[in-house]
Amino acid sequence: MKKKLQKFKESYFLYSFKRDKVAMTSFIVLVLFLIIALTAPWISPMDPYDDHNIDIMNSEIPPMWMDGGSSEFILGTDNMGRDMLSTMFYGLRTSIIIGLGAVSLQAVLGVVLGLTAGYMGAKTDAILMRIADIQFSFPYLMVAIFIGAMFQVVFGVGLYEQLAVPLLVIIIGVSNWPMFARTIRASVMGEKHKEYVEAARVIGLPRLTIMFRHVLPNSLTSVMVIFTIQVGSAVQSEAALSFLGLGMPVTRPSLGSLIRAGQEYIFSGSWWITIFPGLLLVIFVLVISLLGDWLRDVLNPKLYKG
Amino acid sequence: MSHLLEVRDLEVKFALRSGDITAIDGIDFTLDQGERLGIVGESGAGKSVTGFSIINLISKPGFISRGSIYFEGNKISDYSDSQMRTIRGNRISMIFQDPMMTLNPVFTIGFQMIETLRAHKKISKSDARAIALEKLKKVQIPSPEERLDQYPHELSGGMRQRIIIAISLLVNPAIIIADEPTTALDVTIQAEIMDLLQQLCETEKMGLILITHDLGVVSQVTEKIAVMYAGKIIEFGPTDQVVHSPVHPYTTGLIGSIPGSTAPGEKLLQIPGMMPTLSNIPEGCAFNPRCDLCEPICTRKTPPLEKKQNGTMAACHIKD
Amino acid sequence: MFAFIIRRILQAVVVMLVISLMGFAIKNNIGDPVRDLVGERVTPAERAKMADDMGLNDPFLIQYLRFIGHAVKGDLGRSFLYNKPNLEVISQHAPATIELLMGTALIIVLISLPLGVQSALQPKSKLARFTMSFSTLGISMPVFLTAILLIYVFAVHLQILPSFGRGETVDLFGNGYWNTGFLTRDGLEHLILPCLSLSSIMLPLFIRLIRSEMMEVLETEYIKYAWAKGLSPARVWMVHAFKNTLLPVVTVFGVQMGITFAFTILTELVFQWQGMGFMFLEAVQRADISLLIAYLVVVASVFVLVNTVVDIVYGFINPTVRIVGTR
Repeated sequence: MKKKLQKFKESYFLYSFKRDKVAMTSFIVLVLFLIIALTAPWISPMDPYDDHNIDIMNSEIPPMWMDGGSSEFILGTDNMGRDMLSTMFYGLRTSIIIGLGAVSLQAVLGVVLGLTAGYMGAKTDAILMRIADIQFSFPYLMVAIFIGAMFQVVFGVGLYEQLAVPLLVIIIGVSNWPMFARTIRASVMGEKHKEYVEAARVIGLPRLTIMFRHVLPNSLTSVMVIFTIQVGSAVQSEAALSFLGLGMPVTRPSLGSLIRAGQEYIFSGSWWITIFPGLLLVIFVLVISLLGDWLRDVLNPKLYKG
Repeated sequence: MSHLLEVRDLEVKFALRSGDITAIDGIDFTLDQGERLGIVGESGAGKSVTGFSIINLISKPGFISRGSIYFEGNKISDYSDSQMRTIRGNRISMIFQDPMMTLNPVFTIGFQMIETLRAHKKISKSDARAIALEKLKKVQIPSPEERLDQYPHELSGGMRQRIIIAISLLVNPAIIIADEPTTALDVTIQAEIMDLLQQLCETEKMGLILITHDLGVVSQVTEKIAVMYAGKIIEFGPTDQVVHSPVHPYTTGLIGSIPGSTAPGEKLLQIPGMMPTLSNIPEGCAFNPRCDLCEPICTRKTPPLEKKQNGTMAACHIKD
Repeated sequence: MFAFIIRRILQAVVVMLVISLMGFAIKNNIGDPVRDLVGERVTPAERAKMADDMGLNDPFLIQYLRFIGHAVKGDLGRSFLYNKPNLEVISQHAPATIELLMGTALIIVLISLPLGVQSALQPKSKLARFTMSFSTLGISMPVFLTAILLIYVFAVHLQILPSFGRGETVDLFGNGYWNTGFLTRDGLEHLILPCLSLSSIMLPLFIRLIRSEMMEVLETEYIKYAWAKGLSPARVWMVHAFKNTLLPVVTVFGVQMGITFAFTILTELVFQWQGMGFMFLEAVQRADISLLIAYLVVVASVFVLVNTVVDIVYGFINPTVRIVGTR
């Protein structure tokens, strides 16, 4: 373990990370966001899920540095009188949970299907990749919106809102798996005929073992890069779905539903209800895409260009 | 100023992050009307850069840091970019190494020929087309009319190089600079293209600067040879003398390594070691680490290019 | 080649069958065709009789085949929300969305071409640096937030542009189907903000794409040869380099416009734009299954059709595609 740590300290990876200020800053911001998301229930000034904190008398109070602001609510309050800072912390938490969950689902689907396609070859490969091609030919946001719409119609708005988190994970996960599957398949195709795989087969290791123990590790850099990039796009998709009303309800806010809720108040000048959560979302997606770019440059995996 | 082209003390540097690197280190040569000069050397010796620096088209981050180039009595190394354009492709044409990459894939041959003419002469498109056709006939291309409307990818490599030669003939240039014009072609076609070039230079009274690593080719085509090593000309003289009685040990080695230069069955000569990289040129004579005749002075003092007994110029302390 | 085309068309048909089967299955399970037709003020007995008359108690497969049969004839059912045939509802909303996309495409071309080319030619200039950092930011900006910001700045704060609706439109063919906003000043003003925010997603991507393609092209031998021929900078850049840059960009453009279509739903919501996306969201809210499925079938058909045509055209241009396609 100590040896591994030492090796990491001397690695090119860490070296180029330390030299790249953008990557470092992005990483620090990302870690900060993750900590906020993790500890939101403890660090938030109040609990936005708690109905007692909804007080119309407090609604639309501007941020504390503006006229009419109060030091009780640093970033002001929303239309329901909830503290903006707290709703944003909770919103970030929800967005990140859904984002990570959805991308994990994508990864599992993609890795399993990609490995199967790449390793089995022939018919299985042709069928799976054709399905991926076909799904790829539709914009994934379109697919997600449609699945979301169908779920909402089937379950009804009430039940849908209750089940929103797992449903969003499924919707975003299912609508964007081909990216992973194609990349994994491509690297399996590359590894498949290498001698060590042939050797493992000659020894008589079962196919599953060969796939997971020998072939998969070689695709991990690609998986890592895609995972990072996809989290950014999953969080954006979640925000888009919530904004359309196909996602998190305002009572259990994500960043998207906060922006949706604040949208109409922009006409009355209460810009902060929309702009602050929007800013948080933009920064989050920005640091992830900057980190993703950096990872791609450093690890330089063979990514499938979709 | 009796020479057609005169290069004096030319130095070219490349501005890299780690500092400037000298690619060409003070070279001099001349070319007269209708004369054919070969520049020979290994890759990295600076021969291509020499060619490109004449028309001031060195790839970034390279630049001419010293010296001057005179063409027809004018100091073209001082020319602005727009003045230089009246020379490029007009008075001095270039032929590039790989004909597959040289022509723009999305335009027809005719388009690329006509635009060249119209960049230098005020003529109508139909007149330009007629001239293009005439030049295509001159380079002996089969069914030239059809070629004008074809795209580069429809033609073979040899055919494309003929077209590029035709393009360089369009405006009756005084000099053609050919940078490894046959390296990318099949062996059988190489000879055809070289013959064509030589024949055209003779009939059109054009000067030729042939840049190549192949001493065999140069010795058949050119009247003078400049041998380059690590950014310097180390031997310069009439082809006969340089090929048959070379002075510089490097030239001797080059000639000895041509197949057919030794008796059948005997081993070809091989120069030991590699040419130094430009950032790492040894003190004194750059060739000293690979030279059998190396003496203490060779590692201290750079030998000047001077007249030797057989009539060529060479840069060597030891041989006379 | 012929076999390739047949194969490709067959595949398109299969995809459409699968999509329509999924759509029909949903509709069959949760839709209510009787309500679609007569609304809700009918007695249960009458409903049951109507259901029987309409063949709603037939086996699933027969109903599906009937659905397909009608669909081929252009009958995709009725919308209870609009009380009109679905296809009519959709085709009345389509022009608004198409005009939104057209305006967006125009903005993308007008902005990304000069900026992309400029930042390729002078990568170290201030403008190029600004463009690049702005495009990094732009990629992270969700389209609805851009829309809201634009509304806040131009409609609420400066009050120089309208924030919702299509404004004054002109009936293009005189039959009420295509009302265009392109012909009046008011209509054009209403187009500006929605098109700007919609183009904001694709602009960064195109600027970067054009820049990197152009920089790659500028390094090629044929560009160096063009200089060696003595051509002017304008000619080398704008004729030789530009055309080679454009070819890959045009291919990507097609794909990206498809993706942009998905984003129209968001834009139409923010700007209350009465297009297909707005209609779709209304149908979701009111649970108009029949209209939703019709929308699915129409949109999927358009995508499948476009993709198939593009693939076939590609097959003609590039023989290697054919080999991959037949494998």
